[in-house]
Amino acid sequence: MKLMNNVTLISGETKMSRQEEMLEKWQGEVFTCVIGAKKDEGGTRGSVVKVGGEKTLPFLDKEGSLPNTAAVALEIFDVPPADWPEELVAAYGGVTANPLEWADACVRKFGAELLCVKLAGAHPDAGGRSPEQEAAFLSKLAAAVNVPLIVRGCGDDVKDNTLLPLCSEALKGERCLFGSASQDNYKTLTAAVTADGHGIIAESPIDLNIAKQLNILISDLGLPLERIVMDPTIGALGYGLEYAYSIMERARLAALSGDRNVACPFICFTGQETWKVKEAVAARADFPHWGDKEKRGILWEAVTASALLQAGADILVMRHPKAAEEIKKYACHR
Amino acid sequence: MALSGLDIYKILPKTNCKECGFVTCLAFAMQLAKKGVEAGKCPYLSEEAGNILADAGRPPINLVSIGSGEGCLKVGNETVLFRHEEKFRNPCGIGFIIDDVLPEEQIKRTASRLGGVSFERVGQILKPDVIAVRQSSNSAEKFAAAVKAAVDASGLNPVLMPSDASGLRAALEAVKGAAPLIYRVTKDNIREFMPLAAQARVPAAVYGDTLEEQAELVKELNGGGVAQILLDTGEQEPRERIWRLTQWRRQALKKNNRLLGYPAVTVLKGKDPYSVAVEAAGDICKYAGLILLEVSEAEETLALLTLRQNIYSDPQKPLQIEPKVYTIGNAGKESPVLITTNFSLTYFTVLGEVESSKVPSYIVSVDTEGMSVLTAWAAEKFTPEKITDSLQKFGVSGLVGHNRLIIPGYVAMMSGNLEEKSGWEVVVGPKEASGLPAFLKNLS
Repeated sequence: MKLMNNVTLISGETKMSRQEEMLEKWQGEVFTCVIGAKKDEGGTRGSVVKVGGEKTLPFLDKEGSLPNTAAVALEIFDVPPADWPEELVAAYGGVTANPLEWADACVRKFGAELLCVKLAGAHPDAGGRSPEQEAAFLSKLAAAVNVPLIVRGCGDDVKDNTLLPLCSEALKGERCLFGSASQDNYKTLTAAVTADGHGIIAESPIDLNIAKQLNILISDLGLPLERIVMDPTIGALGYGLEYAYSIMERARLAALSGDRNVACPFICFTGQETWKVKEAVAARADFPHWGDKEKRGILWEAVTASALLQAGADILVMRHPKAAEEIKKYACHR
Repeated sequence: MALSGLDIYKILPKTNCKECGFVTCLAFAMQLAKKGVEAGKCPYLSEEAGNILADAGRPPINLVSIGSGEGCLKVGNETVLFRHEEKFRNPCGIGFIIDDVLPEEQIKRTASRLGGVSFERVGQILKPDVIAVRQSSNSAEKFAAAVKAAVDASGLNPVLMPSDASGLRAALEAVKGAAPLIYRVTKDNIREFMPLAAQARVPAAVYGDTLEEQAELVKELNGGGVAQILLDTGEQEPRERIWRLTQWRRQALKKNNRLLGYPAVTVLKGKDPYSVAVEAAGDICKYAGLILLEVSEAEETLALLTLRQNIYSDPQKPLQIEPKVYTIGNAGKESPVLITTNFSLTYFTVLGEVESSKVPSYIVSVDTEGMSVLTAWAAEKFTPEKITDSLQKFGVSGLVGHNRLIIPGYVAMMSGNLEEKSGWEVVVGPKEASGLPAFLKNLS
């Protein structure tokens, strides 16, 4: 406590002392994770995406380096999406019926730098496509688009443990990001991605301790922290967003303070969470005072993503191309 | 900023005269630090020490009110940089800018629409707070008339954006007593604007190009009798805006810099509605006390007000509702009984879906101490025993003529155990509330 400063300020007689900016000096930094491998690195991607590497909090690059802009991925499915609202499907102009055309539109028409594919069709309740079918699909996908890829299982642990190793092998050397590993199910996926040169998504249920523990468990199996991206499990705007927001801020502050075990970049599945909530999908007729339905959904996704950027998001997986475009513009400001 | 007992002891007379009722000055100092006694109990306190103690008792970021009466906006008094450290206290104001060159009828219509904007979310009413009128005309009278029309038609707290002192004077006169915010004082107009602000005793926003200039202008305003101040970021790119907002919050909280200890205002204009909403969202998270927007469509407002509600919610206290059985619609003997938690977000999400299904139902809200379904299950607050107790306590079996109970899909694993404990037949519902309308329709 500097009493003399107070005295100076209160008396108001002393000439104003110079106002100096307060800069934080952080000890730690976020790991840089590279997604995608070009030909000279054993892959076939046309570009690579680097995320992480922050040495201070989002947007504050006056006091520390923020070497990489947050990456914005568009999300596709391996099968036509069953539960997407019509506005969202319409935004892609009908190509969602054919996943390869859909992927192409994401990259060529909407300029996605990163493509996330969810193997929804492998789920036992959704047709249960076989691991071989999905691996073949991914090979075709990798040939059709040349941006780095994020691959997610169907969400059924038992199925994913047979599905993802085969998919990982099919994309060997492409340095994809594979998900998701959880506290109860991480060994199979970790072994597969370690062998095939990919990175992993470590999913924790809005819990900093579990996030940290899972990073330790995965890195103990031999996958370095540079190849882990954390999924803190977000909720959409109005549906628990603030819980993940604060978990992310706490984790990032710990990382910058030197805790390496939470210093992995964050991935947030913004689109998946947004496009099931009432405010994004309800008809205008049901809620006339909520305004235009399509704009409302886009805004819901973009505003969710914007808040997450402030909390430290490094990869935003989005669904509506307009929301993705808007958030990329904003992310470029950091 | 809090002073320690030892800090206080150093500025006391140290004579141990006991007239304050304490045996020593140190004991008195320790009580002062704990706010257990008034500094005035010491008859020999120097003026300087008195000032230091009074100053230390002030919040590091001043509370500023805009507008008069019950609906006035109060911002500031924030105590942390990150909401998890405690909470953000006073939700930032959100308001809209109207231009005075618009025809008066249009001003009235727009203002009236904005004043009527209101959304209900998890049991709270969300509304915009202020209406700002910008002078683009050359006429002080036109500006004043537009201000009056906008304020009267909207009922919102006023912000004046005059182009010169004559406009400001006329507008202050037009909404006398309404305690409008003056936007904004700069080094170029401070000589003219300051006396008007001081005389009308209204808050003023102040803009300086640099931290130094900002602080000097604040000091001048304080000296000129303007106590209620907002710091304006000016029209900066998002990165620079977030930098300034963060600096001011840090200066006030970590350095006790009184000259920057005020809430902040940002103005987002001249951009398309999506950019404005995305940028405003960042400002809500990072320390704006008031955000003025050019756009005013319902969907933007809904998204931003919802974000504000999220960010300003208390991280230590999840919003809860009273645990009991809720009757939805014209529920009777044959109506379904749904079980959920007493976490507001969970309950209101379930309620919304049950209402839209138009199937009259009973929702039993179990006391999970405000935890959501899965969290409460993991923490053993949402167990077969707890649910059985709630069913008995609320007398649910007396309300219906059947014994079917619908539980959330996420806790399907407790079905057998719950059937055994409660004697009810358990039906597993959908995992997400959004599946309820289809589920309930198929049920009947």
